[in-house]
Amino acid sequence: MSGGHRQIVDPVTGYETTGHEWNGIRELNTPFPRFVIVVLLITVVISAVMWILLPAWPTGHGYTPGLLGLTQEGEAVQGFKAIADGRASWRSRFAGDDFASLASDEAVMGMAMPAAARLFADNCAACHRVGGTGGPGFPSLADQDWLWGGDPATVAETVSVGINSTDPDTRSSQMPAFGRDGILTREQISAVADYVLALSSGKADPASAGGKIFAENCAACHGEGGRGGLGTGAPSLADDQWIYGGTRADILTTLQNGRQGVMPSWKGRLAPADIHLLALYVSRLAKAAP
Amino acid sequence: MIASLSIAQRRNGLAFALCLALLGLLMAAAAQHGPMVVHGAMALVLGIALTGALARAVYDPPPEAARASFYYDDPTRFGIAMTLIWAVVAMGVGVWVAALLYWPEATPAVPWTSFGRLRPVHTTGVIFGFGGNALIATSFYVLQRTSRARLADELSPWIVLLGFNLFCLWAVTGYLMGITQSKEYAEAEWYADLWLVVIWVVYFVLYIRTLARRAEPHIYVANWYYLAFILVVAILHIINNLALPVSFAGAKSVTIWSGVQDAMVQWWYGHNAVAFFLTAGFLGMLYYFLPVRSGRPIWSYRLSILSFWGITFFYIWVGSHHLHYTALPYWVQTLGMTFSIMLLVPSWASAGNAIATLNGAWHKVRDDATLRFMFVAAVFYGLSTFEGSFLAIRPVNSLSHYTDWTVGHVHSGTLGWVAMIVFGAIYTLVPQLSGRDQMAWPRAIEWHFWLAVTGTLVYVVSMWNAGITQGLMWRSYGPSGTLTYSFLQSLQAMAPYYLLRTIGGGMFLAGTLLCALNCSATARAATGEVAASDRPLLPMPVE
Repeated sequence: MSGGHRQIVDPVTGYETTGHEWNGIRELNTPFPRFVIVVLLITVVISAVMWILLPAWPTGHGYTPGLLGLTQEGEAVQGFKAIADGRASWRSRFAGDDFASLASDEAVMGMAMPAAARLFADNCAACHRVGGTGGPGFPSLADQDWLWGGDPATVAETVSVGINSTDPDTRSSQMPAFGRDGILTREQISAVADYVLALSSGKADPASAGGKIFAENCAACHGEGGRGGLGTGAPSLADDQWIYGGTRADILTTLQNGRQGVMPSWKGRLAPADIHLLALYVSRLAKAAP
Repeated sequence: MIASLSIAQRRNGLAFALCLALLGLLMAAAAQHGPMVVHGAMALVLGIALTGALARAVYDPPPEAARASFYYDDPTRFGIAMTLIWAVVAMGVGVWVAALLYWPEATPAVPWTSFGRLRPVHTTGVIFGFGGNALIATSFYVLQRTSRARLADELSPWIVLLGFNLFCLWAVTGYLMGITQSKEYAEAEWYADLWLVVIWVVYFVLYIRTLARRAEPHIYVANWYYLAFILVVAILHIINNLALPVSFAGAKSVTIWSGVQDAMVQWWYGHNAVAFFLTAGFLGMLYYFLPVRSGRPIWSYRLSILSFWGITFFYIWVGSHHLHYTALPYWVQTLGMTFSIMLLVPSWASAGNAIATLNGAWHKVRDDATLRFMFVAAVFYGLSTFEGSFLAIRPVNSLSHYTDWTVGHVHSGTLGWVAMIVFGAIYTLVPQLSGRDQMAWPRAIEWHFWLAVTGTLVYVVSMWNAGITQGLMWRSYGPSGTLTYSFLQSLQAMAPYYLLRTIGGGMFLAGTLLCALNCSATARAATGEVAASDRPLLPMPVE
């Protein structure tokens, strides 16, 4: 065999080779550095200590519980308790819905509103956007125009049951598909779209063809002057705020296909106190708006 | 390729190729629609192409008997080419998905370009396509040289390489078409998994048969690692992928594991994919190419034994550290954590052994970018194994888990260690297989080295920052006892790091592209000469 078992002393390190050789590769017979063995033993000792202190080895039907008696459930319960204790000073106030007294207590609101901002960012901002400014399909919460009402109690109800949601008490709001379902002809839709555009610029003529169609088909929900109806969730058409866009093309699309926007019901996902927090937060968003 | 096969091997190959074509036809016919038809068609096309090529060659003259006096390196050449192709494609997809995280709105409205489909294309492409081909190609090269024996036959290396690449292609095209097992690093569906088992058995048998023909009395340490890689990956792959197809005529399957057992099996697989796919095989590479390139003996034979058995024994236990603070029982988490801690010394023994081997060759590290690739690989191996043991400690993990720190840790291992050692190996063996003293563009290696090192550091440092920032933002409480930051704010804080990560990845990709072009230029300028010392000890007739 090549190289045979000739042991050679390596001139750089002074160690002998093992005598093995593979196509020119040799190995030194360097002994274990003491340091390596010591550190290996240290890691084993650290592990053994952990096995004694913590749940570690299976024993068939159970496991060694460890001297510290720690469990994951215990750690979790303790963690949740610590969180609850940290909020206890103000959060219990929000279990009830006396919004007026809560809103006037600046000390409590100072503690609560940063928490509400987190809740809003984690749960609401995905649709209504950071700051509640809304976007196509999702109404702005940072203005004075409300579909269902902007006082904290009404907002809390909307958050609780949702809109067109799966909750049995949901708020319902349907804009029919006037074009697709053949309720209005193409010409009628075109005329009423012009009327709606005129409404928002304040030049609408109720005696026009579009005005008459509006009065017969739209005013029931949107109101005589198109100012919206808080009981039906129909938005005002007489301002410059649009949920689904205010161009003529957008309005034609809305008239053709209808709109059935959905807001989920949150009462199964958020605690009542969280919903009350959010209601106050959202009503303040609107107040802060110009 | 075919000219080097004996007539009998051409006939056997013809039979295999026909079987592959039939398998493809059967898959396509059974499925009738959906991704399985596309995959069946791929197998059918490959099978027909191979059948045609082999059928034409059956009556050609047989290869020269003198070939028995040489190593069989054609499969290695092909494997290295596939390594580089997969590297460019999969790292390119990596940069793409990194950019998507910074510019999510740039996702085209086409299903296959969604992040969820592209991400496994990146991971499978780099781990299996790039890493796997590099491992198979270098294992054939190292096995022959450390055994001083030619591969046991000329047909099975081609079955292994072509079959493995078909698996990779099935896997990534499947993700793009929307099929996945939803198991990380094991996303490929059931028929691809079964196919890989067959290929892997052929690989294992070829390795053992060649090792049995060795002309050296001892088995070199690199071969222990390659064998551990082949054997353990087979076990992991089979157990984690046990699944029942919903129908034999469709791609969907359901795993036989359920609940927390499924999670445990998955991460036992997942972490040992790191251990035995991304570590053991590449340590085999290191143990061969480092002493060859530096001209130094391995510093300590004993340390190589300690680290081999240490890694083999401890690694198998540590997967549960991926499931800290989950439904997995506490005691399993403790075992995962403690075995991760005990794994540190065997891991560092390998890194230290590699670095100490360079004693007496530091001037070469300074002057030779190829050797510097291997040195940096050993340093990053030490760094990321320390980081791994550290992150496995439960309280540390509560900060780092689910953050980009994990992503940074993985890339310090894969870019810094795995890819660097592969490039060191490629720059050593490609000129040698081309009968040249050096690569066609020696200065490009230097450029590649600095692109790779800078890219890795930019990537890893930005992800460390990103991960620790996320972890701290997620656990920060304000005076009212509620979280200081919303999740959205922690996401917005990531923007600069995600941009830097994209830039770092882009630099690494540029280096890889340079390597691929350099290798292609070198292969085109091959002389066909084989050094007299680079031969089997005795002529070895084909079995």
